[in-house]
Amino acid sequence: MILQTDFILKAALSIQAAIITHKPDIEVLDQAIGDGDHFINVLRGADAIVSMSDELTGLPADEALNKIAIKLLSTIGGAAGPLFASFFMGMAKNIKQNGGHDTLAIAVAFAAGVQALIKRGKGKVGEKTMLDVLVPVAHTFIFSAIENKTVTAICTDIKTAAEDGLASTRDLIATKGRAAGLGERSIGHLDAGAKSCQVMIQAVCNLVVQPLF
Amino acid sequence: MKKFINNVDHMLTESLSGFQKAHADLVSLHFMPNYLTRKQKAVNKVAIISGGGAGHEPLHAGFIGKGMLDAACPGQVFTSPTPDQMIAAAEAVHADKGVLLIVKNYAGDVMNFEMAAEMLPFENATVLTSDDCAVINSTFTDGRRGVAGTVIVEKCVGSIAETGADLASCKALGDKINAQTASIGVAFTSCTVPAAGKPTFEISAFDIEMGVGIHGEPGRKRETMREADAIIQEMITAILTDLGDRTKDAEVLLLVNGLGATPLMELYLIFNTAEKCLQEQGITVARSLVGNYTTAIDMAGASITVCVLDQEIKTHWDSPVHTPALRWGV
Repeated sequence: MILQTDFILKAALSIQAAIITHKPDIEVLDQAIGDGDHFINVLRGADAIVSMSDELTGLPADEALNKIAIKLLSTIGGAAGPLFASFFMGMAKNIKQNGGHDTLAIAVAFAAGVQALIKRGKGKVGEKTMLDVLVPVAHTFIFSAIENKTVTAICTDIKTAAEDGLASTRDLIATKGRAAGLGERSIGHLDAGAKSCQVMIQAVCNLVVQPLF
Repeated sequence: MKKFINNVDHMLTESLSGFQKAHADLVSLHFMPNYLTRKQKAVNKVAIISGGGAGHEPLHAGFIGKGMLDAACPGQVFTSPTPDQMIAAAEAVHADKGVLLIVKNYAGDVMNFEMAAEMLPFENATVLTSDDCAVINSTFTDGRRGVAGTVIVEKCVGSIAETGADLASCKALGDKINAQTASIGVAFTSCTVPAAGKPTFEISAFDIEMGVGIHGEPGRKRETMREADAIIQEMITAILTDLGDRTKDAEVLLLVNGLGATPLMELYLIFNTAEKCLQEQGITVARSLVGNYTTAIDMAGASITVCVLDQEIKTHWDSPVHTPALRWGV
């Protein structure tokens, strides 16, 4: 598949809907070991992208992603803003350089986005953050694309990787974000950032395999 | 939830508008992006800019004015402001000697101010405040949180900037103060973020959260409620342990800060005990501040901050200041 702005806009709508559907799941996690504002911030970001659809229509994918990044940066606030903005900027830069012409190229662009996010947040896997979902998903995306699996199979693999990554956060001790400092009290709760990433990835994968009309 | 709200989505805007009107002699307000500045722009000094999530009032906009901040950038409640706010504020108040950003150490604030600093077309530096000693620095924490000690940094850095000091000197003073300041907070209740509509955490009528954060983040330990002296003694012990040898025979600034819902009567009671505890350790309270300066919306609770003083810090604490929340010498 080729990454097109049309798809990006549909994905934004799917993400917005999925975030709203999963509001209770996300909020309860952030209140358990966070400060309860994660859902509001992520939804604000999703709303902002959906409201940009006129501005983005017809743009090349990399320009659309960049504009999304800048919009998110000024809209979300908190840690999520710079992190998601960095993700989209990294993805945009990679697509501009290499094009998003096939599935593997898109996988690599996704990985480049995760790389930029890591550079900004200085985090790594195992700290009970969204990276516990994003890094395994990036790996899986690339490996499954290398094996020339069907798009449907790749999406199944990615969704599983996201769910497994999310589950792995349950028994980790938080070392980043507002849950850090809870020490062992953060064990036993999933991370809200990891949950919202898993929800978003699931929404996009579902869109890919079952486009509406 | 009973709060003074019309539409929760407009709450921040309405509050900022009211703040500007109430202090029209001191501050100007700009929307989209949101920032506030001194009404009278300063010239030929380092521009001191801070900001952070709303919900900690009077921090930071309450400290805009001569002798303290040039500008403040308010984020959504408990959410850091975004780079476009800081860039616009810097462009408004830049006075030819660079920009100093004062940032409380939280992941969101750090990253947003970092990105702003990368994008600013002016020479700039950052002072990170990290006075909260509740969360002990270890491999499991991302550094310490910046809490009420930020007020002391903003006051003194604001003061030295008025003297025409350069960017490096302003930063050096801020970093020095931060390194010899320690704070710890305790919550009796949670806070309630308006958009969330319910308390951030649950806590029974019999418990307190020792080491609570100013966003309602859980702290070190959930403990049993007991009489004030016992709670305060524990807090002072934590602070003195953290400051170590610096406090030996020292003069200090003692700041008792209300987290929003604790009455002044109790804050002064806390000061009474805290001062006694310090005196028993041979420490002299040479400067004081009591009141709501770094709140957590409507949390019942308080924080104690001890800053070890030297002549330079005393000079800059004492110097004139004219802001909505702090005014002396003018």
